[in-house]
Amino acid sequence: MNKVVKDAFEAIQGLKDGMTVMFGGFGLCGIPENCINALVEMGIKDLTCISNNAGVDDFGLGLLLRKHQMKKMIASYVGENKEFERQLLSGELEVELIPQGTLAERIRAGGAGIPAFYVPAGFGTEVQGNKEVREYNGKMHVLEAGMTADFAIVKAKVGDTRGNLIYNYTANNFNGPMATAGKITIAEVEELVPYGELNPNHIHTPGVYVKRIFQGKNYEKRIEFVTTRD
Amino acid sequence: MALDKTGIAKRIAQELRDGYYVNLGIGIPTLVANYIPEGMEVTLQSENGLLGIGPFPKKDEVNADLINAGKQTVTYMPGAAFFDSAASFAMIRGGHIDLTVLGAFEVSEKGDIASWKVPGKLVKGMGGAMDLVAAARNIIAACMHTDKDGNSKLLSACTLPLTGVNCVKRVVTDLAVVDITPEGFRLIERAPGISVEQIKNATAGKLVIEGDIPEMKL
Repeated sequence: MNKVVKDAFEAIQGLKDGMTVMFGGFGLCGIPENCINALVEMGIKDLTCISNNAGVDDFGLGLLLRKHQMKKMIASYVGENKEFERQLLSGELEVELIPQGTLAERIRAGGAGIPAFYVPAGFGTEVQGNKEVREYNGKMHVLEAGMTADFAIVKAKVGDTRGNLIYNYTANNFNGPMATAGKITIAEVEELVPYGELNPNHIHTPGVYVKRIFQGKNYEKRIEFVTTRD
Repeated sequence: MALDKTGIAKRIAQELRDGYYVNLGIGIPTLVANYIPEGMEVTLQSENGLLGIGPFPKKDEVNADLINAGKQTVTYMPGAAFFDSAASFAMIRGGHIDLTVLGAFEVSEKGDIASWKVPGKLVKGMGGAMDLVAAARNIIAACMHTDKDGNSKLLSACTLPLTGVNCVKRVVTDLAVVDITPEGFRLIERAPGISVEQIKNATAGKLVIEGDIPEMKL
């Protein structure tokens, strides 16, 4: 079993124009920087991107936007990105907004083989659209579908050569659920160790979900809003 | 005098109880964290995946991997826990969060809330607001009673796209505390120095006023 690849370019082999790709991260926290940069450099286009946010103008998924590699964005919150606004208003980019918890659960369900499920979020709002609704326990619910992708690209603090992953603080966010929902899941990690070195009690994502793993480099880990008390 | 944002946050802090798990939205709700009564244990949830938000970090403590739902750097409290976003919304959807406080553009007398979209202006997305209002057991909306032009934000029906229906239990504004009841908005308290008449004039939805309405104690 060899899951280890040399770098982001080898990891994204087979990721082609027009595919659907999940990107882990919340804002700029825990995003797979190396793979995003490789996709930009390779110029792969017409992508449908699933991510909670769309990055900022000059970092994260904003880099894919800037080079017009995105056809559609599926997200819950897309503020903080002027190029995104421009492409959205000019009709160059298709956007689907999904409540954050529903987005996370659709991904989790997709990875868990659950085709659809009912949630209360969005009932009576434009999110309901023409989805099926049903009453449970006296409350109205909306039917939402599980979600998978051709590729899921996640980022973890530490990983081993079998693909087991450990995230750092709030950098878990969408990485954990997305790791389960890719037909091919790529994990880039800050530190790659031989299997057997990680404490099995501490694994967040079991290696079964991860097809390719590599140790990334030159992480910038940019912060959107540095707020301090001094 | 009408309350400022800090005053609204102080009044909402009086709704906290020992042992509560609370989710505070962006804006006025975030300020509530500054007025948690001394000695009371309240655990703040951040929907990206943290239970036990601490204060903002010192400069040398800033960590790119540790942020709140507003993408600001934070710290975590002793006893905190980290988890993924699906688990985070499972605890919200499952009704394990005692209180949600969020900002509002409009609230209706039926407890509907509009807080995420103004048609014609840029749409940034609903984030976690729809999940929170659909699921939390107790939802308080925090907002000014009227907009800049004096139009009431407490309406018989919302005019903006909804975030959720039939969900808000209480509204705390710069003028008043009102509860959502089957009869409409029920006036509970007045801001210091604000008359019932002023509140009535600033409320477009049905306002139920019974007996003496006490002033808020801040």
